[in-house]
Amino acid sequence: MRKVLAGLAALVVAAGCAPVQSGPAASDTDEKSGQLRVWLFDEVNRSAKEKVIQEAVAEFQGGHAGVSVDVQYIQVQSRAERFKAAFSDPASAPDVAEFGNTDLAGYVAAGGFADITADVAAWDEGKDLVPAVLDTAEVNGKVHGIPWYVGVRALYYRTDVFTELGVQPPSTLDEIAPLARRIRAARPELLGISVGGKYVYGALPFVWANGGDIATNNGDKFAAAIDSPQAKAGIAKYTELLRDDICPPAQCAGNGGDASVENFRAGKAAMTIGGDFNRKSVDASAAAGKYGVVPLPGKDPGSVAPAFSGGNLLGVLSGTKRKTLATEFTRLLAGKQYQRKMYDAMGNLPTFADVQRAVADADPFLKPFTTTLESGTRFVPVTPSWAKIDAQAVLPTMLQEIVSGGKDVDTATRTAADAMNAAFSS
Amino acid sequence: MTTARGQGRAALAYLSPALLVLVALLGYPVYQLVVISFFDYGQEQVSGGAPLEFLGLGNYSTLLGSAKFWSVLGQTVGFAAVCVSGTLVVGAVLAVLSTRIRPWARTCLFLAALGAWATPAVAGSTIWLFLFDANFGLVNSLLGLDGFSWTYGKWTAFGLVAAEVIWCSFPFVMITLYAGIRAIPTEVLEAAALDGASGWRTARSVMLPLLRPLLIVVTIQSIIWDFKVFTQVYVMTGGGGIAGRNLVLNVYAYQEAFAASEYGLGAAIGVVTTLILLAITVFYLRALRRSGEVL
Repeated sequence: MRKVLAGLAALVVAAGCAPVQSGPAASDTDEKSGQLRVWLFDEVNRSAKEKVIQEAVAEFQGGHAGVSVDVQYIQVQSRAERFKAAFSDPASAPDVAEFGNTDLAGYVAAGGFADITADVAAWDEGKDLVPAVLDTAEVNGKVHGIPWYVGVRALYYRTDVFTELGVQPPSTLDEIAPLARRIRAARPELLGISVGGKYVYGALPFVWANGGDIATNNGDKFAAAIDSPQAKAGIAKYTELLRDDICPPAQCAGNGGDASVENFRAGKAAMTIGGDFNRKSVDASAAAGKYGVVPLPGKDPGSVAPAFSGGNLLGVLSGTKRKTLATEFTRLLAGKQYQRKMYDAMGNLPTFADVQRAVADADPFLKPFTTTLESGTRFVPVTPSWAKIDAQAVLPTMLQEIVSGGKDVDTATRTAADAMNAAFSS
Repeated sequence: MTTARGQGRAALAYLSPALLVLVALLGYPVYQLVVISFFDYGQEQVSGGAPLEFLGLGNYSTLLGSAKFWSVLGQTVGFAAVCVSGTLVVGAVLAVLSTRIRPWARTCLFLAALGAWATPAVAGSTIWLFLFDANFGLVNSLLGLDGFSWTYGKWTAFGLVAAEVIWCSFPFVMITLYAGIRAIPTEVLEAAALDGASGWRTARSVMLPLLRPLLIVVTIQSIIWDFKVFTQVYVMTGGGGIAGRNLVLNVYAYQEAFAASEYGLGAAIGVVTTLILLAITVFYLRALRRSGEVL
């Protein structure tokens, strides 16, 4: 036994015994024909998306003889595994892919997506991209994707309930809790506002509106700021909503954004925080025709709480053997014409200022969302560590610890800040 | 001496195909696991975006120094202990029961047990979640507990998952022990009866010693299975429960290794889990040998 152990140890220590690493991902070849592989996210209503994509593919193939485009739809839930596998093995990777802007920093650090700063600068449509949105595609000043659509959240409320009780939508962030409590007292079968312990993008506006932030960037390093007095004030305001007299923890603590909106769709909530992308599904639910949307109010009357600027990008993988074709296809699909078509099919908010204005003028529903966008949005820390913090569920755990009564705001935010600092420094 | 060596060589020759398969499918991955656990090995390192850094025992000291690891380990041990004893008790009771009931009832029992056994873990967990759903679940409507969430509280969530684990693992124990009881020669039991032994006495002094080898096997199996439970906890508590209070070691390793791309740290957790399981098994076997058992 001892001999075996010693032998094993010798094997391990032996020089050159290191885990596998794949070679440099960048490819020198730039083929002008063959198959272009594209990964897009699967959707609940995929057929609508598929129709627009097929149109774009047909147009692209018509303009490029000898090129075929193969589109694969991947699941959002398993995207992390799919992309990691693609980065580790360029041979099985796509040439173009859709991805969430919060994943960008991690993907770029892994060497996954190519720098396309020059391609976007040389593109005539590129100058119309909303600057704040283009920021979400940048890491260290370099563009690694074209914003395909943006998503922002606002306050959905039930017009019938509000009329019946004679109440108005809240005009400040601090009014939400008393109002929600009052509604639930009058209508106990309803959640005052449907929010959740895992709904980070619902909680962050409370932090930002109170002057706090997730982390601050001190030049080259991030430091957690979630335990600052301002951030704690916001966290306290948000977690106050997760109480038995508004949104009972036993029902709400495990909910993320989708589940929170689901309660509103089922007609079981008087308010919720939902995105422009939730509209189609709410219109096909019990709440259809009897709801309104206002921007989530800020600290002062008339102000808007800074929203998280979510959204998806289209990028070119650094391992691609067809960089020119991939860039051209990305520009086509992320261009004005197809963003407009995607808006008509899916309701995805465009990323070009002029297209955004055009669709907002034609559709009053979008007003609260474009107002929110115009009053300034915020973003998660742009660092590869964010992917890790996200995966370790640091912020959901913090919220859940507070609402399930395990820890107070001070302790929970300090624990979260420690976990974040550990990730930033690793 | 020469014959002994010759025998050894023959034995080795017979064993070599199995050894080859074991080394290729088990030895090499375990070796890789151990190697990875000595490095800072994240996604950047895998895809060649950052250089490898040898940490030595760095991952292990991070792991053993974290309070979270120890609380998760404690939870895992407690959870596995409840599941193992539950599985053994339910399995043994039903095995004894099935030797005493009519064939048609036994067939029904076996079919039901096999159904539970054959159900894939993900499907079983999901079905249990449906049954125990707070608003629409059958259990809550039968008990009149409308709106009670089983998965919110730490202990109700653990209890629910433990019940599901016992439900899907008792059939193995039951069928093994049933076969064991049936294999006891009737002469032995008759002799005991002729000597005037009571039913309890027969069970304790005759059947139990004869069944002991089987009991050892099912106990070790259950310990290993229940210590490594992943699917049920992951599915039923949504990846570790509210604020991660229902985490067990395997789900924790998954979070660290795959979700957070810390493959080095995740590998270290894997190695530690393996060592703990080996230690438990060796300890258990030695305790048995000391009590005079021939293994």
